[in-house]
Amino acid sequence: MAHVAAAPLEQYNYDIVKKFTIVSIIWGVLAMLTGVYIASELAWPFLNFDIAQITFGRLRPVHTSGVIFGFGGNALFATSYYVVQRTCQVRLAGGRFWPEFTFWGWNIALLVAGIGYMFGITQGREYAEPEWYVDIAIAVVWVIYFLIFLVTLVRRNQPHIYVANWFFMAFILATALLHIFNNLAVPVSFTGAQSYSLFSGVQDAMTQWWYGHNAVGFFLTAAFLGMMYYFVPKQAGRPIYSYRLSIVHFWALSFMYMWVGTHHLHWTAIPDWTSSLAAVFSILLLMPSWGGMINGIMTLSGAWDKLRTDPIMMFMITALSFYGMSTFEGPMMSLKSVNALSHYTDWTVGHVHSGALGWVAMISIGSFYHLIPKLWHTRLYSERLVFVHFFLATLGIILYITAMWIAGIGQGLMLRAFDEYGNLAYTFIETVTFMHIPYVTRAVGGLFFLSGMFIMAWNVWMTIRRAHQEQAAAAEAPVADADVARTA
Amino acid sequence: MFKHESIETSSALLVILTLVAISIGGLVEIVPLHYIDDTVEQVNDPETGLEMVRPYTPLELRGRDIYLREGCYTCHSQMIRPFRDEDLRYGHYSLAAESRYDHPFQWGSKRTGPDLARVGGKYSNEWHVAHLMAPRSVVPESIMPNYPWLQQQPLKYADIQERMLALKRVGVPYSMSQLEYEGGTAEDGSAVTGNLKTFGPDVAPLLDINQAEANLIAQAERGNYDGDPARLTEMDALVAYLQMLGTLVDFKKFDEDHFIQAR
Repeated sequence: MAHVAAAPLEQYNYDIVKKFTIVSIIWGVLAMLTGVYIASELAWPFLNFDIAQITFGRLRPVHTSGVIFGFGGNALFATSYYVVQRTCQVRLAGGRFWPEFTFWGWNIALLVAGIGYMFGITQGREYAEPEWYVDIAIAVVWVIYFLIFLVTLVRRNQPHIYVANWFFMAFILATALLHIFNNLAVPVSFTGAQSYSLFSGVQDAMTQWWYGHNAVGFFLTAAFLGMMYYFVPKQAGRPIYSYRLSIVHFWALSFMYMWVGTHHLHWTAIPDWTSSLAAVFSILLLMPSWGGMINGIMTLSGAWDKLRTDPIMMFMITALSFYGMSTFEGPMMSLKSVNALSHYTDWTVGHVHSGALGWVAMISIGSFYHLIPKLWHTRLYSERLVFVHFFLATLGIILYITAMWIAGIGQGLMLRAFDEYGNLAYTFIETVTFMHIPYVTRAVGGLFFLSGMFIMAWNVWMTIRRAHQEQAAAAEAPVADADVARTA
Repeated sequence: MFKHESIETSSALLVILTLVAISIGGLVEIVPLHYIDDTVEQVNDPETGLEMVRPYTPLELRGRDIYLREGCYTCHSQMIRPFRDEDLRYGHYSLAAESRYDHPFQWGSKRTGPDLARVGGKYSNEWHVAHLMAPRSVVPESIMPNYPWLQQQPLKYADIQERMLALKRVGVPYSMSQLEYEGGTAEDGSAVTGNLKTFGPDVAPLLDINQAEANLIAQAERGNYDGDPARLTEMDALVAYLQMLGTLVDFKKFDEDHFIQAR
């Protein structure tokens, strides 16, 4: 009966999911290490060591691209390829070659971009730093990704397209749109690295923050909601709380996010109507965001005890809580009066990290802990280490965002303070001195989170190693026994 | 009646409707900015009628390239907001026109260091060089990295014409032909306002791509930005750029409420 036993292993393309999962964790560790390093450079500037390649300005995009596109991007490839196969009950399209192409294409492009930043090759636009040749490579990879995902959907053996796949699809489409239009540029020469953006000044700012905020909206939110819609119900062993809510919040989120980018440009030279419009939509966006959060958290109803006993569930529910918190904080910061204080300060940096560490990283980590034993047909090496990871990560985030609230609100208040004669109460450099202790605290918070990632890497490594040992042992056993073990 | 189920069961419908949903916001906010004229205000000298905001000179342009390369925008903004404290600290709020030739814009999003939109002329060249070499030598509490390599590396400018041509292609009015320089009637009969008329006889030659290299060297020699007249370094270019930031519009020539109408 060997063919019966082998069938479930080959039904899905798990190989590609494994690759993306492993490389995502590697990117996560490296890019967060870079994050802790640049945070330390701000606390102790001697760490720049007069080495051009590791100065803050060059290393900061290595951190941002590394965590967003390296850790987050690979996590999304992994989970979307997994979820689309499982929910459509069909093998991933594109045979062996095309999914592999997206794997190597994506990661080599990122590596080239990251090394380029350190040698000063950058477009100088936040979160869109890769130069034109990397942008073209990414666009090609992305189109292939879209086709693989679409053809898999078309070939599905289920009448319905599961809700997680809507979110993944919206993410793929929006990212393509944003990436292509935001990176329109004219290269200085076709043999040189540099290019100049097609747009300038106001129009460039508008396009860039339309891109920038939707990198948050679709890359870091919609797609991770896709992850949430599969892995939270799976881990909870309960159906999604409300199907109707997921419909409403999917369309509302997809429609509204695209309007809000200009809230990054309040009080600037951009026409007021655009930033006012963005503020209105930012506040409206609270509703679909919380719709998603409620839908995720309430999925646990009837299984609340898992919050005490299941560390993977703790990651997921904490992720949703941070999602709810940062999608409340965001609309608040998009109010012009609040933004006048918060803009240009570390409050924004803290807000980003409560979303990026609290929501994006934690939901990914939870999903990985669920996914990895399934991919390698084994159990996790240590559940206790998952608990340790959870507490290190949570503590790290709390230290981080608290430090940034103090630094940001503090600096904002100091910069706008006047003395009794109506002169400025503080010089700029006095605010820099004030921020030293929050900056140290932030670096420590980052270190907590990073050490959690190291523990995860170790746990995953040992899990995979044990899986290989188990399989090797099973292979050595007589054939009949191996079949029994596999089917069981 | 239309049921959501029809979207859930059709990949094509899902893709199309999602595309519609995600396209509207961008279309409404981005496209008008390219067509509404007062998005970027016109700033002409009240006395001469010349445009005050000009494209970067070749040396400044190379300085700006270095500003981008070093990621200065990760800590410094170039966008002053219309608040009293920012006015006192940095000067007049930034106009849209002042970054109209910025490909890409460098407004920034974070002030780990102060805004630089009007840093030009505030400090001497010597201060800038000392500060870039070792910020803590002039501001002991500073957390900015040292940039000693700027003073060591000779400025590369062999491709300056290609750079200006690339910028010309995206709309910066650098001149290549006599027509673009002097103005006149194009072959198709349309009238061309040359740089001579738009920017005046002092500025127009600096925007001539044919003279780019000579202009770059002349400005570096004249300005002696890095304090070492024997060498043309990256420091020369970066300081030249920093020293012109925010200096193009002379606000003394305008009534106090002049630019408010544009907001």
